[in-house]
Amino acid sequence: MHQITLLHFLFVSSTLFCLGLFCVVARKNAIMVLMGIELILNSANINFVAFSRFGGFGYNGQIAALFVIILAAAESAIALAIVLNIYKMFNNVNVDEIDNMRE
Amino acid sequence: MNQIPFIQIALIILFLPLAGFFFTLLFGKKIKQMYLFETAIITIALGLSIYMAWMKLAYFAAERVVSEFTWIDMGNTPGFGKLTVELGMMIDNVTVLLLFVVCLISALVHYFSIEYMKGDKRYNRFFAYLGIFTFSMLGIVFTHNMLMMYIFWELVGLSSYLLIGFWYEKKSASDAAKKAFIVNRVGDVGMLAGILIMFITYKTFTFDKIFLAISQGHLPFNSEFWLTALGILLFCGAIGKSAQFPLHVWLPDAMEGPTPVSALIHAATMVAAGVYLTVRIFPLLTGDALLFIATVGALSAFIPATIALTQNDIKKVLAYSTISQLGYMVMALGVGAYAYGFFHLVTHAFFKAGLFLGSGSVIHAMHHEQDIQKMGGLKKKLPKTYYTFLIFSLAISGIPLTSGFLSKDGILASAYAFGSLTGYKIFAITGFLVALLTAFYMFRLLILTFHGEPKNKEKYDHAHESPALMTYPLILLAILSIFAFYTANPTSAEKGWVMQTWLKTPETVVPQSSRYSFMAKHEEATVENKEAQPQHETTVVHSEEYMEAMHHAHYPAMFLSLGVAVLGILTAFFFYFWKKVDTDKLVNSIKPLYNFSLNKWYFDELYDMTIVNGTMVLSRFLAWFDNTIVDGIVNGSATVTRFISRVSGLFDTYVVDGIVNLTATLSGLLGIFVRKIQTGKVQTYLILVIFSLVMLTFIYLYKILPFGLEFKM
Repeated sequence: MHQITLLHFLFVSSTLFCLGLFCVVARKNAIMVLMGIELILNSANINFVAFSRFGGFGYNGQIAALFVIILAAAESAIALAIVLNIYKMFNNVNVDEIDNMRE
Repeated sequence: MNQIPFIQIALIILFLPLAGFFFTLLFGKKIKQMYLFETAIITIALGLSIYMAWMKLAYFAAERVVSEFTWIDMGNTPGFGKLTVELGMMIDNVTVLLLFVVCLISALVHYFSIEYMKGDKRYNRFFAYLGIFTFSMLGIVFTHNMLMMYIFWELVGLSSYLLIGFWYEKKSASDAAKKAFIVNRVGDVGMLAGILIMFITYKTFTFDKIFLAISQGHLPFNSEFWLTALGILLFCGAIGKSAQFPLHVWLPDAMEGPTPVSALIHAATMVAAGVYLTVRIFPLLTGDALLFIATVGALSAFIPATIALTQNDIKKVLAYSTISQLGYMVMALGVGAYAYGFFHLVTHAFFKAGLFLGSGSVIHAMHHEQDIQKMGGLKKKLPKTYYTFLIFSLAISGIPLTSGFLSKDGILASAYAFGSLTGYKIFAITGFLVALLTAFYMFRLLILTFHGEPKNKEKYDHAHESPALMTYPLILLAILSIFAFYTANPTSAEKGWVMQTWLKTPETVVPQSSRYSFMAKHEEATVENKEAQPQHETTVVHSEEYMEAMHHAHYPAMFLSLGVAVLGILTAFFFYFWKKVDTDKLVNSIKPLYNFSLNKWYFDELYDMTIVNGTMVLSRFLAWFDNTIVDGIVNGSATVTRFISRVSGLFDTYVVDGIVNLTATLSGLLGIFVRKIQTGKVQTYLILVIFSLVMLTFIYLYKILPFGLEFKM
């Protein structure tokens, strides 16, 4: 019978991070990008909790994770508001086509 | 002596005309009455000069006033020695006499010009020029050194140039001005050379110091020959300025200037500056130099006198007579008659200025007609002019009771005595011959102008006596041509106050071996005296043999000169008044001689052919040299430069510009790559961030750096 170790958690967490990163880099839709960010944040949460459980830091990790979840909610709200404004301005939310910073 | 500030008065007299010149020139265009200011200034100067001359001559006749200051002090200069230049003024009897003459004639000419020049478009400027001339002439009069003499010498040359060319719209006038200026330069070159020899030898310009040095035996280049040369070189300046042979050709042409100018500059004062210079340097002239001067003077007296016989322009006749009389003065100095030479300068200034102003009055009345063949009968129309002209003519011919007789007789007697002492009788013979010619041509002029039938009826009818401002100067000058101002004895000036107390021949300083034996009796004693009392006029005591010769010469010379003068006058009356001889027939019988005289001995043609043409040939050669050789070198170097420039241009275009362009191209290419990074897409940036992060992590973990850089932490 195999014990679930820190390594397993880190594996899951890094997989999730990579998926989130891929999502941020590769998807065209801004909403999808935001969702990728959520994945990255959640992979960080798993790391917090895992290190808290296996590293002997008490409940500090869990507290930080909760903090991140709240932060993610606030961040999503602001980001969605920005996306809404972008949509109003460019009539789409495709990050490829919004390249005004080039000039 | 000290109660009277001679030097201060002299400075005021000197600078008044200069102030008049500046203000008249500055405001002349705005203020039409500026000429009155200039005239007033000259009148003040005249008043002061009369006061000064009177004080000096009446109370301090035996003394000299000298005031000097160091102008430049270079200390000990390598290769030269002590180099200081002093400027200063000297006032002695000769100075104040000439000062009075210059101021008086200048003032009279100012008054005369007010009427004569009326209506001229540069009226005020004419007066301004008269002012600068008076200033420069007074500078010559007052100087005590050769440097100031030279400066003012050139200044009178300049003002003479300006006044001859006053009507510069006339080609002949501007040509005459140039001729006068250039011919004077020829003489001035000699003078400058003399001054340089003087300065190198004695390291000073001051007359007194030079005379002292010579009397102590210090000669230029240690040779008496060079002392003679020095005297002759300095005299060259006088040859130019006093229009002596062979540089006399400018004076007749100078008559292109307005007639008052001819009276002031070209008859009375400026041309006398040459004689004045000779008077100033008289003590250093050696016997040979004096002989040279006498020869020049005799030639200048004789040649123009023969030319004046046939001239028909009233002013030309007077011009040649001026040269002839200046020749007299120079000859007098040359034969050692210092005092008579200067005395003739004074008397001649008055009657010759009068003759010129009289001719100005005639020309004015005849509406600028100058040809005496077209005049005649003017006696009735211009009585005042006629009678003054008659007095002047008598004076210049040397008729007793006039001033001219006194000075001329003195000169002739001196020349006679000189002839009997040294054997050079030619000077006396020339003198008497010239006296004959002078009397003849002056009365020819007088008769043709004032007597006989008027030849030009129309102009004659319009002729009228000149206004008072023109006749009063004539009358004043006529009064000054009477003997009583110079001596009480009308037959001889010997015992008069001018000769006896005012004009004393200065001690000659040249060594015994190169002077005439009769020039001075005593030797070494006077040298010490001179050192001890430089403030006093030293006078020569002529040797007894000279006094004897003068005494013997007196009566023969007097009767002979009177005889030739009367003969000349009678001949003139015979030819032109009574018309006993048909002059045309006479002229035809001696045609070559007549033409020779009419064409002024062909001097102008001779100079044209030799000097002017020679200069032209030389100039042409130099122009050719310039055009081919000098320009060739210049052009050649230009070609070489152009070739080098082309090579350097190519180098610039292909090498330097190539490097610059290459840099630019490289930067551009780099830019093309670098530009790709900035896409404006957030995701691309993110990829780059992550990539960089991963790379930095790798570097951190494995301590690897690219390009061989070393990792330090």
